[in-house]
Amino acid sequence: MLSDFLHMGGYAGYVWSSFGLTAAVLLINLAGARRQFKQRLAFVRRRMAAGDKT
Amino acid sequence: MWKLFHQFGSPPHFYRLAGYLIPWFGAAALILILVATYGGLVLAPADYQQGDGFRIIYVHVPSASMSLFAYTLMATAAGIGLIWRIKLAHAVAAAAAPIGASFTFLALATGSIWGKPMWGTWWAWDARLTSELILLFLFLGYMSLRAANDDTGKADRASGLLAVVGVVNVPIIHYSVEWWNSLHQGATIMKLGKPAITGDMLWPLLMMIAGFGCYFATVLMIRTRSQVLQRERNTHWLKEV
Repeated sequence: MLSDFLHMGGYAGYVWSSFGLTAAVLLINLAGARRQFKQRLAFVRRRMAAGDKT
Repeated sequence: MWKLFHQFGSPPHFYRLAGYLIPWFGAAALILILVATYGGLVLAPADYQQGDGFRIIYVHVPSASMSLFAYTLMATAAGIGLIWRIKLAHAVAAAAAPIGASFTFLALATGSIWGKPMWGTWWAWDARLTSELILLFLFLGYMSLRAANDDTGKADRASGLLAVVGVVNVPIIHYSVEWWNSLHQGATIMKLGKPAITGDMLWPLLMMIAGFGCYFATVLMIRTRSQVLQRERNTHWLKEV
């Protein structure tokens, strides 16, 4: 059953690489967006905190 | 009405609203994509001509339709930014570009992987494939124009103009399979009359498109918030964030 499913009627390499590539690209884009947001938020917070002291 | 319009274009208002919406759209994207993946890989029957190889459409078609949607949205936002000088619109356009480029890359790559067993070739210089490749170059060109300009205002104007001019490519991609003899098959869902696909195969596809749509909205809001943080770095309201 499971090996039939993984075999994908002989198209295993094509089907799994398509789904794997899609998952990878979407997750990398999401992770990049989150990392950029966190960096900029940290930058703005530091800047605002520094501004308050002067 | 004007108050609503003004509020919509207001960066602090957008920043807060997006903060509330991101988790909801993110959760919807995750659930829709997981259920659609199960539906597409397990529940949908194998195609009578393409066997299980047809299942690639569950990632290929949503990527391709989102690539067109992302470009249209980016060009519209850039146009609004150019005409009414709304900075938030340029922020949305700039945020849409890397996500649209990802979808376009996926549409080309998964199409290529599907083409090898079905057409016997990874690539053909065919109208649909070539116009989609041009879409990728438009996204990359837009992003390079932004990266090359240190001045945000100049970057907005130059890249916005490219985005608006490039929008002619969108109907070319959509109708390429009708206008030219193409290896690529014709429309299955977006055509007059009933979709030429059985319900068991169709619902996971529609659900995957909806899931990709929610994913796009989620990442677009995160990236637009980053844009707002950078563009508004000298303003007072950021003390609250």
